[in-house]
Amino acid sequence: MKARGYVHKYGDNVDTDVIIPARHLNTSDPEHLAAHCMEDIDAGFVGRVQPGDIMVGQKNFGCGSSREHAPLAIKTAGISAVIAESFARIFYRNSINIGLPILECAPAAAAIKAGDEVEVDFSTGTIRDLTTGASFEAKAFPEFLQGIIADGGLVNYAKRTMD
Amino acid sequence: MGMTTTQKIMAAHAGLDQVHVGDLVLANVDLVLGNDITAPVAIKEFAKIGAAQVFDRDKVVLVPDHFTPNKDIQSAEHCKLMREFACKMQITNYFEIGEMGIEHVIIPEKGLAAAGELIVGADSHTCTYGALGAVSTGVGSTDMAFAMATGRLWFKVPAAIKFTLLGAPAQWVSGKDLILHIIGLIGVDGALYKSMEFTGPGVASLSVDDRLTVANMAIEAGAKNGIFPVDEACRRYLDEHAQRPYTAYAADADAEYDEEYTIDLATLRPTVSFPHLPENARTIDAVGEVAIDQVVIGSCTNGRMEDLRVAAGLLKGRKVKKGVRLIVIPGSQRIYLEAMREGLLETFVEAGAAVSTPTCGPCLGGHMGILAKGERCVSTTNRNFVGRMGDVESEVYLASPAVAAASAVCGRICGPDQLV
Repeated sequence: MKARGYVHKYGDNVDTDVIIPARHLNTSDPEHLAAHCMEDIDAGFVGRVQPGDIMVGQKNFGCGSSREHAPLAIKTAGISAVIAESFARIFYRNSINIGLPILECAPAAAAIKAGDEVEVDFSTGTIRDLTTGASFEAKAFPEFLQGIIADGGLVNYAKRTMD
Repeated sequence: MGMTTTQKIMAAHAGLDQVHVGDLVLANVDLVLGNDITAPVAIKEFAKIGAAQVFDRDKVVLVPDHFTPNKDIQSAEHCKLMREFACKMQITNYFEIGEMGIEHVIIPEKGLAAAGELIVGADSHTCTYGALGAVSTGVGSTDMAFAMATGRLWFKVPAAIKFTLLGAPAQWVSGKDLILHIIGLIGVDGALYKSMEFTGPGVASLSVDDRLTVANMAIEAGAKNGIFPVDEACRRYLDEHAQRPYTAYAADADAEYDEEYTIDLATLRPTVSFPHLPENARTIDAVGEVAIDQVVIGSCTNGRMEDLRVAAGLLKGRKVKKGVRLIVIPGSQRIYLEAMREGLLETFVEAGAAVSTPTCGPCLGGHMGILAKGERCVSTTNRNFVGRMGDVESEVYLASPAVAAASAVCGRICGPDQLV
C-alpha cells in the first residue's frame, strides 16, 4: 500500500488541542471535526488540503489530550499519512486503532519541506521526497501492531480474536 | 534482571514472571474509565465489536464531567448516550450530576483505584492514580471500547526515569511546584513512552493530595505513567478509601533506569509555567510583571481539599483585585460539601470569587470561564497550549493554588509571600 501527496509541515509538540480544539468536541461527527482540523495553528489548512496529502511534524506530535477526535479529524480531512520525529504515546495508539498511517522518521521529518510531493510505501517503510529525490527509511512497526494494522484497526482485531 | 515497579505490575497483569522494556503484552485491566467526550465514541466502537455486555459491570467507570452540567444541546446528547449505555449495561460506577465530580478526583475518593492495579482510562490524566501505587494510563476511545469488551488491553512495556526526592518543601511549595519544576527540567517529551518512578525519603513529606497532583501531570512530560511507592501515608489513604484489597509493589534493587534525577524538595520555589507549553517553567522570582484577567482554582490537578484550604487561607479577609475574575471549582461533591462545612466556600464568595459545581469546564476551554482575545489567566490546571482555555490569542499560566490565590488578590502573578 502506498500514499502519495503534498506536504503540510509543522513544528515540535503539535498538541491535540490545536489539531482539534475542545470547543468542537461536543460532536464526534468526523466531517465536522475535519472542517476545523488545525484551525488554531494553521487557519488555511482546511482550504488547502487535498485528498492524499501528507502531514509532517517534528518531535512529540499529538501530545496532550487523549481525544481520538484528533487523528480522526486528520484522517477525515484527507491526510493519507503523518510523518514525525516522534509521536506522543496516546496519539500513536489512537492512530493505529483508527487506521491513520503514521511513521516515525527523524531524517524525513527534518528534511522534507512544506509543499514537497512525497510518496510513502507502507510495506517497506520507505519515504521518498519526489520533489528533491531524497529517500528515507521509517522505523518498522512491531509485529503485533502490524497485525492490528492488517486487521484494519483494533475493533476488527477484537472481533477476530474474541470469536 | 530487575524490574521497575511499573514493569512488575504489568508482568503480574499479563500473567508473566518477567517482562522487558519494549515487550508488547496483552494484560488484564482492573478498571476502565471514560467521560462525556471520550465515552460516546467508545460506545459506538463497542457496538461495532459486537459484545453483548461489558467484561465486568463493576470495573467500568463512566463520569460526565467535561461539558457538564450540559453546556449545549450536542453535549446533552453525548451525556444522554452515555447515561443510556450505563443503564443498559447496568454499570455500577456511573456518576450522575449531583453525585459526580471530576473523574480523577472521585475515583481515588470513592476507593475505585488502589495500589498494584492496572488502570486505563480514555482521558490522558488517568495517570493520576499512580500516586496510590497503581499503573494507570490514558488511552483513546477505541482502546476503551476494546477494554470494556475484553477486560484486556495491549501495552508496550516502558523504560523508566527515576526521581529520587530528598528533604521537604518550604511553605507555599506544593506538589504542583514539584511537577512543574520537573517538566521544566526534562521537557514536554522528556519522559515520552516512559514511566516516571518517584522514590526517596522526600516522598514522605508529600501529602497524598500532592502526589495525586504530581502523578496527574506525568502525561505533560509525555510519560505513560507516574508512580509513587506505597508508604505509610498511602496505606492510610487506601485503608480509608479502597473498596478492594490492594498489593504494594516495589522496584527491584537492580531495576534499570534510562535516567536518574535527585531533587531536594527544600530547594524548590513556587513555580509558574508560561504559555504555551508546561515546560516553560520559571520560579516565582523570575516571573516579572504579568497582569492577569482571570484565575481558575480547580481541575483534576488541583481541585482537592488541600488545594481549597490553601487558597481559602490566603483569601480569608482579602478581596479579589477589581477587574480580575476568580473561579473556584471543587473537584467533587464530597469536597464541595466539606469545603462548605469548613467555611471555605464562604471565604471564597466573600473574597469575590465565583464558586462552581464540579466540572472540568474551563481547563479545556469547554465552558465556565472561557478567555477572550488577549486575556491572561493564572490557572491551577494542567495545560497552557495555544487556545486551550479560549481564544488563540489568550494566555494560560499554570501554577499552584497558593500562587493562583495570591495572584487573584494582586491582579498580577505573584507568590503568597508578596501579599501584604
